[in-house]
Amino acid sequence: MRNKYEKPHDHVKEPLIHLIRRMDIQPSRAWMIRIVCVLIGLLVCALFIMSITSLNPISVYASMFSGAFGTSRRIWQTLKDMAVLLCIAIGLAPAFKLRFWNVGAEGQVLIGGLVSAALMINLGNKIPNALLLILMAVCAMVCGAIWGLIPAYFKARYKTNETLFTLMMNYVALQLVEFFVDIWDKKQSHSVGIINGDTQAGWMPSLFNQQFAPLVIIVAVLTIGMYFYLKHSKQGFEITVVGESENTARYAGISVGKVILRTMAISAAICGLAGFLEVSCVSHTISSLTAGGRGFTAIIVAWLGKFNPPAMTLITGVLSFLSRGANQIASDFNFNTYAGSILTGIILFFILASDFFINYKLVFRGKKGKEKVS
Amino acid sequence: MSLTSLLAWLNAAVTFGTIIMLGSVGEILTEKSGNLNLGVPGIMYLGAIGALAGAFFYENGNPAPNAVISLIISIVCALIASGLGGLLYCFMTVTLRANQNVTGLTLTIFGSGVANFFGGSLVKLSGGVGQISVAAASSAYRAQIPFLSQKLGIISTIFFNYGFLTYIAILIAVAAGFYLKKTRSGLNLRAVGENPATADAAGINVTKYKYLATTIGAMIEGLGGVYYVMDYIKGTWDTGGGIEALGWLAVALVIFTSWKPISAIWGSFVFGICYWVYLYIPGSISAVLAKAVGTPNPSHMQNLYRMIPYIVTIIILILVSKRKRRDSQNPQSLGISYFREER
Repeated sequence: MRNKYEKPHDHVKEPLIHLIRRMDIQPSRAWMIRIVCVLIGLLVCALFIMSITSLNPISVYASMFSGAFGTSRRIWQTLKDMAVLLCIAIGLAPAFKLRFWNVGAEGQVLIGGLVSAALMINLGNKIPNALLLILMAVCAMVCGAIWGLIPAYFKARYKTNETLFTLMMNYVALQLVEFFVDIWDKKQSHSVGIINGDTQAGWMPSLFNQQFAPLVIIVAVLTIGMYFYLKHSKQGFEITVVGESENTARYAGISVGKVILRTMAISAAICGLAGFLEVSCVSHTISSLTAGGRGFTAIIVAWLGKFNPPAMTLITGVLSFLSRGANQIASDFNFNTYAGSILTGIILFFILASDFFINYKLVFRGKKGKEKVS
Repeated sequence: MSLTSLLAWLNAAVTFGTIIMLGSVGEILTEKSGNLNLGVPGIMYLGAIGALAGAFFYENGNPAPNAVISLIISIVCALIASGLGGLLYCFMTVTLRANQNVTGLTLTIFGSGVANFFGGSLVKLSGGVGQISVAAASSAYRAQIPFLSQKLGIISTIFFNYGFLTYIAILIAVAAGFYLKKTRSGLNLRAVGENPATADAAGINVTKYKYLATTIGAMIEGLGGVYYVMDYIKGTWDTGGGIEALGWLAVALVIFTSWKPISAIWGSFVFGICYWVYLYIPGSISAVLAKAVGTPNPSHMQNLYRMIPYIVTIIILILVSKRKRRDSQNPQSLGISYFREER
């Protein structure tokens, strides 16, 4: 009997398209490919908006641009969106570089925000504002870190699946927030409202007359700090080694469990800080929507930016522009704001696809012979 | 607790469980091929909006819509929409070799965007006013088996009190379990997920298996969305993100059942019981607990009770990982794209 896997060799069919891995592509060419892919993505976005509204592509982007950068107020709103998302992504970068699946940013942000709100409510006007702010920031980071260390401990000790663990911690945090919102809410309306609206205790003071300026500065400092931490510190190197291969790390004498715990503490503390910034500087309230899905979007930012803070900054910029711009179109045409998620999805798919064309060269069947000659 | 409320609890648990059962069985098939699709919520969204849109365009302006036709149209639309979501995921990860996790999360954002956008604006886009509603299709989904659901007393209430998709879901789970364990093709699929290079060397078409498993898995997940929108919320749309939370629970259930479709059946029902427990904890206990926590209003305790399913999941997860059984591990190559020339 003939082996069923054996194939006759006399007429081997050559595939139409053949892939070759590019080993050394110039950075300029790689960026060209990326930009072209993003442009095609933006064109597809415009086509989508055209099909539901009567705008032509140019007025689509004119409208989106005015929504994101039209006035100085709008510019600051876009910068604020960008800063909060980037802060979470900066927090996630070391964890994901370690291949630790921290899908719990959502919960860590909520816990940070919850602790900040609790301090604002209970200590507002009882201690000096500067002290209160520092206390809020420190407590948010510590509690965020604890929220992240619980799954990290079980991962390091028993190899418990961290994806599921951190995901479940999100929901526990969410319910904790709802519990305290109900306790603090005096009007039975399931919301806390603006905290300390009259005294502004625990509110981040504005800088140069801009509410969001301190937020942007803090996140900028964090971003630069994370760049140097990951690129130029011993701990950053250990993260890279453990992320690439745990066995190599063990062989090199790195204590894998210690690195997991330390990195997750840093990662979750920054996410907790993002929660503090959101409550103290942006919304001045706490609700189950304080994290608003950004814990998941930030994962995409961290991965697409390859854990490189400058690249991550660029991606958050594009995403914030898209969502602000889409909101503008949505409000112009009285649609709901989910149009922004559609555009975000489309652009992200195109950025993802761009990696393929950077890493691989397509060779068509006909052209292959010529290439051998040359 | 009275028998009636116990039965109501059980019914609610089964209805809730069916949604995440469909989601997780689809994802088990997908993950067995080595594709870690974190786009389950997005695909469930696509299935839901596909079903709703299909039924809406048939019923809108139709004076006497036929419930059965509406049902068939909506199911076909849902399968197409969610299948396309699976195909998109495969195209990105298998053909273009994009990172699986990012692709999945992007699909979740995209799917929820598409579904919530059209769910919110479909009526407006077609020139009408008010909320979207497909009464005929929803009634067909919620129809119960004539004799069995009425005449058998308590047995009817426990076993025959659901729409037909509940039974289909159980059948699909059993079939998927049989397929993976007992058939040659299922063995091949598992080989692809464990070690695609070896499977490739044995003459198995890795790409074909990945595409088929993911697309069919996505269609099953889409049915979960259909059940949510047609049965659970009765043929309307809510933009509150209900499907997204359920989609993540489906992903959790996959790990929870250690990649066994049959376990997903009871796992999802147990999860449903835990999910609804907060409505059935007696007021006297709440009063005592509320006093212990220091809140004046015992109803606040419900917020804490709602943590129970997640905390139970965490505890079981820890216990399972402490035992470290070999057969409860994930497929070896899960999350890693396969490229023949890079072995």
